[in-house]
Amino acid sequence: MIFFDKVTKKYSDDSFGLNEVTLSIQPGEFVSIVGHSGAGKTTLLKMLLIEDRPTSGNVFFESVDIHNLRSREITMYRRRIGTVFQDFRLLPDRTTYENIAFAMEVIGRPDSEIENDVPHVLDLVDLSTKAWHFPHELSGGERQRVAIARAIINQPDLLIADEPTGNLDPVNTYEIVQVLKRINDMGTTVLLTTHNKGVIDSLERRVITMKQGTIIGDDPKGKTTMM
Amino acid sequence: MNFFESIQRVFKWGTIGFLRNGTVSFSAVLVTTIALFMICSTMLANFFLNGTLRSLEDKLDINVYFSVDAKEVDILALKAKLDRSQEIAKTEYVSKEQALEEFNVRHKDDELTIQALELLGTNPLSARLNIQATSLDKYEGIANGLSSGSLVGAEFKDGFIDKVSDNRLVIQRMNNLINGVRRAGSILAIVLLSISFLIIFNTIRLVIYISKNEISVMKLVGAGNATIQGPFIVEGIMYGVVATIITTISFFPITLYIKNHTQDLYGGIDLYSYYIGHFFQIFFILLGAGILLGCLSSLLAVHKYLKNI
Repeated sequence: MIFFDKVTKKYSDDSFGLNEVTLSIQPGEFVSIVGHSGAGKTTLLKMLLIEDRPTSGNVFFESVDIHNLRSREITMYRRRIGTVFQDFRLLPDRTTYENIAFAMEVIGRPDSEIENDVPHVLDLVDLSTKAWHFPHELSGGERQRVAIARAIINQPDLLIADEPTGNLDPVNTYEIVQVLKRINDMGTTVLLTTHNKGVIDSLERRVITMKQGTIIGDDPKGKTTMM
Repeated sequence: MNFFESIQRVFKWGTIGFLRNGTVSFSAVLVTTIALFMICSTMLANFFLNGTLRSLEDKLDINVYFSVDAKEVDILALKAKLDRSQEIAKTEYVSKEQALEEFNVRHKDDELTIQALELLGTNPLSARLNIQATSLDKYEGIANGLSSGSLVGAEFKDGFIDKVSDNRLVIQRMNNLINGVRRAGSILAIVLLSISFLIIFNTIRLVIYISKNEISVMKLVGAGNATIQGPFIVEGIMYGVVATIITTISFFPITLYIKNHTQDLYGGIDLYSYYIGHFFQIFFILLGAGILLGCLSSLLAVHKYLKNI
């Protein structure tokens, strides 16, 4: 599904975001990418989200080189990916319901479908009672669940979660990880970046370890090998 | 989803953004109001200026003094002839008796002059025609024509006209002043309009800068450029509409105040009546300007955030 072919991101002669990374992810996989700060995890995701371009190498999504896509095609490509960030990135002037509905509105889904689907997803992330709250009225864990709900409402092919538990306490961290596992069990490919050892060890899924822009480990039933 | 539903959604998002971002909307409306205030002030100042200049122009005229033995019937015949000239707007006949009355009124506090006149025993003043041209630049030609006799005609004998007083120097200077003031007014209007646009553009650019994280989120969930730009343009329209309402309402007391304090000074120019009489015209001009400035500013300001890398 996803193939990184010798992808390099060079910032200066001695500074690499990624250094000849080659990586393949199959449909339906749950892959965790671990590493210390500056290992290249976020850079890897930026390449996949076309938020940044590689200095060399190619990134393929279902055999298509995504960095050769035209503007309109990039928009359509991004609709196939759900994203969850450490800082939640919710729209502050919209309620929980409206934040989730927005993801459906931008792709032109009619109001009837929105009214049908959003409540189901709110149930899935256990936020039915908070549908009309604004982000500033929610806890960190609740905001992250809204972000996850928004990311999955359009049934994306891939869910990217970049340090989703970075700002959360252990209880919320556990809940978020369970939600992600549930989503993966329903067939969505999940790509998770984290430096939380406990999360990785509890998942028992594929773990890719990065250091200084390169992959130093790829364990199919991973315990983290960093530190 | 059809086009109409898409437009509905864009307006909904824009309205939600306008209402829920109260502080930001207030700032943008305030700045837009100031800009529209400048535009409206320019329009009214232009009217006021033109009115003042016209009242000054109305005070200019050419005075044709006739010889003491000129007959009234001949003077009136000349008046009728001049009235048919396309360069002459108006002629006024002042008889010898009327001239004497005016003289007595003008010098009523000057007893010596009045007594001197009475000692003469006869009316030394002559009849005259006051002539006003259709425009300031016609006075010179009329004065020349009267002095040379080309405007008068051969049917009137030599010496019929005693003197032509045309205040040429005053008229020329007034002409230069009026043209200069009008030119300066036009330049000032262009400068103020440009400043208005820059003020609105920079404010809205700031508003959109504050929203740049939201724009990035919209892009990440797959919103197209039109979907992202649309609500900001709607907000720009709303800034313009609200600012127009505030500006037009505020000019009611302002024009009334100006009227009360200047009407006697500047020849009866009633700014308040002009504002009331042209209210809808002014309103729609301001509305168009406000909406155009708001939309254009939003479009330009959000554009830089739409480029995919």
